[in-house]
Amino acid sequence: MNRRELLKHIAVLTGASVVGADFFLTGCAPEGKTAGLFSAADVALLDDIAETIIPRTTTPGARDAQTGAFIADFVTHCYDDDEEKALIAGLAALTAAAKTQHNRAFGKLKQTEQLEVLSKIAAEAKVYNEQQTGDFIPHYFTLLQQLTLLGFFTSEQGYTQVLRYEMIPGPYEGCVDYKNGEKAWAN
Amino acid sequence: MQDTAHINTNGKHTHTYDAIVIGSGISGGWAAKELCEHGLKTLVLERGRDVKHIIDYPTYNTPPWEFPYRGHIAREQRKKNPLISKAAGYAADTAHFFIEDADHPYVQEKPFDWIRGYQVGGKSLTWGRACQRWSDFEFSAPQRYGYAVDWPIRYEDVAPWYSHVERFIGVCGIKEGIESMPDGEFLPGYELNCVEQHIKDVLWKKFKRHYVSGRWAHITQPQEIHTQQGRGQCQNRNLCMRGCPYGGYFSSVTSTLPWAQKTGNLTVAPHSVVHSIIYDEEKGRATGVRVINAQTNEATEYFARIIFVNASALNTNLILLNSTSDRFPNGLGNDNGLLGKYICFHNYRGNMGGDFEGFKDKYYRVTRPVECIIANYRNLHRQETDFIGGYTIFSGAYREKLSDKGIEPMLGAAFKEAISEPGTWGAYMYMQGETIPKASNHVRLSPDQRDQWGIPLLVTSVGYDDNDEKMVQDFLEQGRVMLEAAGAVNIRTNDTKQPPGLDIHEMGGARMGHDPATSLLNKWNQLHHCQNVFVTDGACMTSTGNQSPSILYMALTARAANYAVERLKKAEM
Repeated sequence: MNRRELLKHIAVLTGASVVGADFFLTGCAPEGKTAGLFSAADVALLDDIAETIIPRTTTPGARDAQTGAFIADFVTHCYDDDEEKALIAGLAALTAAAKTQHNRAFGKLKQTEQLEVLSKIAAEAKVYNEQQTGDFIPHYFTLLQQLTLLGFFTSEQGYTQVLRYEMIPGPYEGCVDYKNGEKAWAN
Repeated sequence: MQDTAHINTNGKHTHTYDAIVIGSGISGGWAAKELCEHGLKTLVLERGRDVKHIIDYPTYNTPPWEFPYRGHIAREQRKKNPLISKAAGYAADTAHFFIEDADHPYVQEKPFDWIRGYQVGGKSLTWGRACQRWSDFEFSAPQRYGYAVDWPIRYEDVAPWYSHVERFIGVCGIKEGIESMPDGEFLPGYELNCVEQHIKDVLWKKFKRHYVSGRWAHITQPQEIHTQQGRGQCQNRNLCMRGCPYGGYFSSVTSTLPWAQKTGNLTVAPHSVVHSIIYDEEKGRATGVRVINAQTNEATEYFARIIFVNASALNTNLILLNSTSDRFPNGLGNDNGLLGKYICFHNYRGNMGGDFEGFKDKYYRVTRPVECIIANYRNLHRQETDFIGGYTIFSGAYREKLSDKGIEPMLGAAFKEAISEPGTWGAYMYMQGETIPKASNHVRLSPDQRDQWGIPLLVTSVGYDDNDEKMVQDFLEQGRVMLEAAGAVNIRTNDTKQPPGLDIHEMGGARMGHDPATSLLNKWNQLHHCQNVFVTDGACMTSTGNQSPSILYMALTARAANYAVERLKKAEM
């Protein structure tokens, strides 16, 4: 699927325009952004979060597609400073929530516990986003969801193994029968 | 010119051709093809770099996961290019076919997004590829409804040239016999998907409006003329704007320029910024072109018997305005002072979408590189709305991807499973509306600001008017009514309020007409007052109509080029 189409679908799904992918630059962001703020530990945490959102099943998951590294790179180069700050503060909040609820780091939790922690935050994100008006940076969990979907569904694994992809599609057919369980076309 | 001492006039004979074509985009490529085929030694001047078919398509086979940031434009690049990064199709995979903002300044008296692609092939590499024909409703509308001036041509004048162009470039489509959108020489058209077919049936039954498969410059079944060009069948990769290794869609680089090259009569000079056209007072005609090399700043003059100006609508205006002489102190052919005035464009502000609850057992095989069209239904036989002109609607239906299907929270295995399957059906519409030319919408030369080659900057003073607002409202109302009639729910309408220019359909400034007092060009696209200069790009447009203009520029170019050759053969020019 092309980039615009993907952004549109992610925006519909997460209820917020995809941050960092804005074509229409509004205002002037501050200069002198510091690159490479994400440590190896941050990338590992991002992988843990992304894998909870898109886990490995019979097909590859977010960690297989190195979604954590994508997120760090994308945020560093495509987010504005305040968007990046919101995300980093969010990661700290998420780590704290895991500590409070289970007294362990998020990465050390069992899969079911990770799901539990993120489900709670996802519910908070929904309420938070609904309360905002005008231009706003969505809740950090919404950012993480967007970044995970964006990274995963533009990865080789997401494109070719989770969706249906043909590099050279050949004939188009306008109307074919669809059976439940068949994957969406990546292209 | 800043320093005329450096003009290279040595070896005039080596700088002399039969014809000069300024610009290598969609119309310049056609001028080159026709003139070279008729044996004219032709020089094509292109201000940007060279682009060769396939060799210079660096991203044609790159999968999304191999691009930095997966193809998104990094923050710094967006900040540096707030204008060009807005263009339809601009992304990491195509950015090399667009200018950088800082290199090519202009002065916006009113907001105007001037989208440019400076390279051999111009914007034909990244064009939208829609190829509907104009009908006589459009050619006769200014005369019938009293705006602009009467077109000096009618549909029957261009119909054979549309056919000539369609056969060569390859246009897919389905013949429908629609009065406001005549059929052409089509290759097999794309079938509609089941929701589009449903919308088509409803629109015909309830509104007598036509919903048809797009007429797009794609080779769906190569003919001999296409294989001779080395072009093959469209593979539905839908990555057209990167350049197509199959030559599945038309561009100058794929088709007309290599074809002209094969005659042995073509010379293409990249990095050649045209400063002005040289007018010889004694001979009473244009004799050549002053060029500045974009890389060395060296000035050179080239000479020819005829000159085709295909620099893209606004740059053509700029060149003509900058071509001053004692005879033409206000720009070449500009006795009436109208050069640069009556700039018009297409109104793309309105768009909408809606969802369809049924059709869950239907899908399509891969994505199609064309859209559907609703032919204009406004102000055809008579003036029936509170605005002048009409609009074409582009539309399509699709099944959503990454559709949540109500899975909460949106994470985990079930969520992954759900979003990797197709979701609900949706359909969209967006308008391509006629705008009414008026003198106040104009471009002119800056009196004091110049570009890096010493050429005056262009000032754009182009905006919407009340007619445009009313047309947007009509589209938004009618589009909603049509989607509702087809059973769509959750309809979302939107007025983008985008500045003019982002449509990339700027037109006019050197309009065609019968009368030298009110127009710049005659019915053969010759300057009334300098008849060996032909203008056949968007600058020639008398009105905008509501159809996509590129194929009309191609048809007018072929027509004018053949006329020019005839006149040359009879030594009348």
